[in-house]
Amino acid sequence: MAVATYQNLFTQVQVRGPVELGVPLPPGNEERVGEPWFSYLMGILGNAQIGPIYLGVTGVLSLVFGFVAFEIIGLNMLASVNWSPVQFIRQLPWLSLNPPGPEYGFQILPPLQQGGWWIIAGFFLTVSVILLFVRTYVRARTLGLGTHVAWSFAAAIWLYLVLGFIRPALMGSWSEAVPFGIFPHLDWVGSFSLRYGNLFYNPFHCLSIAFLYGSTLLFAMHGATILAVSRYGGERELEQITDRGTASERAALFWRWTMGFNATMESVHRWAWWFAVLTPLTGGIGILITGTIVDDWHAWAVAHHYAFSL
Amino acid sequence: MALLSFERKYRVRGGTLIGGDLFDFWVGPFYVGFFGVTTAIFASLGTALIVYGAALGDTWNIWRISINPPDVENGLALAPIRAGGLWQAVTFCALGAFGSWALREVEIARKLGIGIHVPVAFSFAIGAYFTLEVVRPILMGSWGYAFPYGIFSHLEWVSSTGYRYINFHYNPAHMIAVSFFFTTTFALALHGSLILSAANPGKGEAMKTPEHEDTFFRDIIGYSVGTLGIHRLGLFLALAAVLFSAICIVISGPVWSQGWPEWWNWWRNLPIWG
Repeated sequence: MAVATYQNLFTQVQVRGPVELGVPLPPGNEERVGEPWFSYLMGILGNAQIGPIYLGVTGVLSLVFGFVAFEIIGLNMLASVNWSPVQFIRQLPWLSLNPPGPEYGFQILPPLQQGGWWIIAGFFLTVSVILLFVRTYVRARTLGLGTHVAWSFAAAIWLYLVLGFIRPALMGSWSEAVPFGIFPHLDWVGSFSLRYGNLFYNPFHCLSIAFLYGSTLLFAMHGATILAVSRYGGERELEQITDRGTASERAALFWRWTMGFNATMESVHRWAWWFAVLTPLTGGIGILITGTIVDDWHAWAVAHHYAFSL
Repeated sequence: MALLSFERKYRVRGGTLIGGDLFDFWVGPFYVGFFGVTTAIFASLGTALIVYGAALGDTWNIWRISINPPDVENGLALAPIRAGGLWQAVTFCALGAFGSWALREVEIARKLGIGIHVPVAFSFAIGAYFTLEVVRPILMGSWGYAFPYGIFSHLEWVSSTGYRYINFHYNPAHMIAVSFFFTTTFALALHGSLILSAANPGKGEAMKTPEHEDTFFRDIIGYSVGTLGIHRLGLFLALAAVLFSAICIVISGPVWSQGWPEWWNWWRNLPIWG
């Protein structure tokens, strides 16, 4: 009968070698910064080494712009509770920095207290995020890697820009954009769905959710498979891609025997990449066409025979 | 029979949990085993019942076919076949098929000499389904609180169940679950990208190594979780998303029956604010 066998979940014995300083950088690059150190807690799950980091111009600027956006949002929220630190913490989840009202349309800079700060914070956050995109692109090219990380990040930026800029521009009003704030952005999501006749009937929302759940399913399947074959060195995926070993063969056969189909050590990552990227890509399309092209998703679903009229 | 070039040497006897050698064979690429047989029985019976339910229903529109649970008034009793009994039978078949599938995965893992992480992970999904369709309805006293089997009818159930609690986004376990779903997808994008970028570095470049992977992430954010760690992290994030999904629905009704926005009043009313 079943015999208890080792199941790889955590690192039980941590081995400390010398720190890894990383692949040498070509001339013209700055120095990596930060003295690397080891964290026992991180070592239980994955690598114990923390640092070094490459900051560079885009890294520093991205941090600065992101910090400014964070400060503008935080200070506006603090001002909204009369600068009371106690009330700031007490009401933090409810506090908001709102976009301009509909009376300002898509005006470049309404008064600061009427949404101007929201636009400035959004601008700084956007610059920060785009600098981060440039950074992932440039770091990948510098190390001679493909630019897949940058382009998947671009898919997330697409959704962010649709929500905060492109759709408000098409609707001609900043008031369409999402507020900064924990509960306020949830309220926005809820009322957006109600206003446009239930987003569940939006086919692109359906696709986005399917890819979101599909991504989670894929990572559970892939993570579990690799851990299951880790006793054969399955986590060395790049080696397994070029020189297929018994880990890849057993991983492939597990799925072939289970569901009649298997990916390969490389193709599973293509599945992963597309599922993850299509989540914000289809989500952004779904938001973009709501209110601009389709005003009432329930009515649209009735017209296309997949919902009943109320 | 389509056998992969390396497959024959892995097709050996053994590893079964039950039935010995009796069902220890393959059909095409599929392994059978005792639990393959039970999976086939439960899955075909359940599918046939769904088709029968569609035939009883008023539409063959694929988006609108729905097998509904009994009315709330029916309580926890067995219902007549046309008034939710079919739903009860389909649910029974689904749980039988899912459980069989998981145990078949255990047999396959044992046969291949690999860990049982996949069936353990799958059992989280079965647990979430069981929570939605069995645990919560029992706790609330009626099968009528379960969701129907239909493409848009189950979305309508999600929508109306959400509004019963005014705004479901304020459910703290729902917040955690959604955050884990987003984080899992984010991590999956990063992991898929990193492997593809090292394996496909562009024209004229040699393929890269795990050292490049670690260097890239340390350069970007100062930490690389590593080749083994990312799979542990991904599995943990995905399972946490499923677990908190199950928690967020099972507390809605049995534990908290008002609107979720009101739940947060305890925070504003703590005695520490002065």
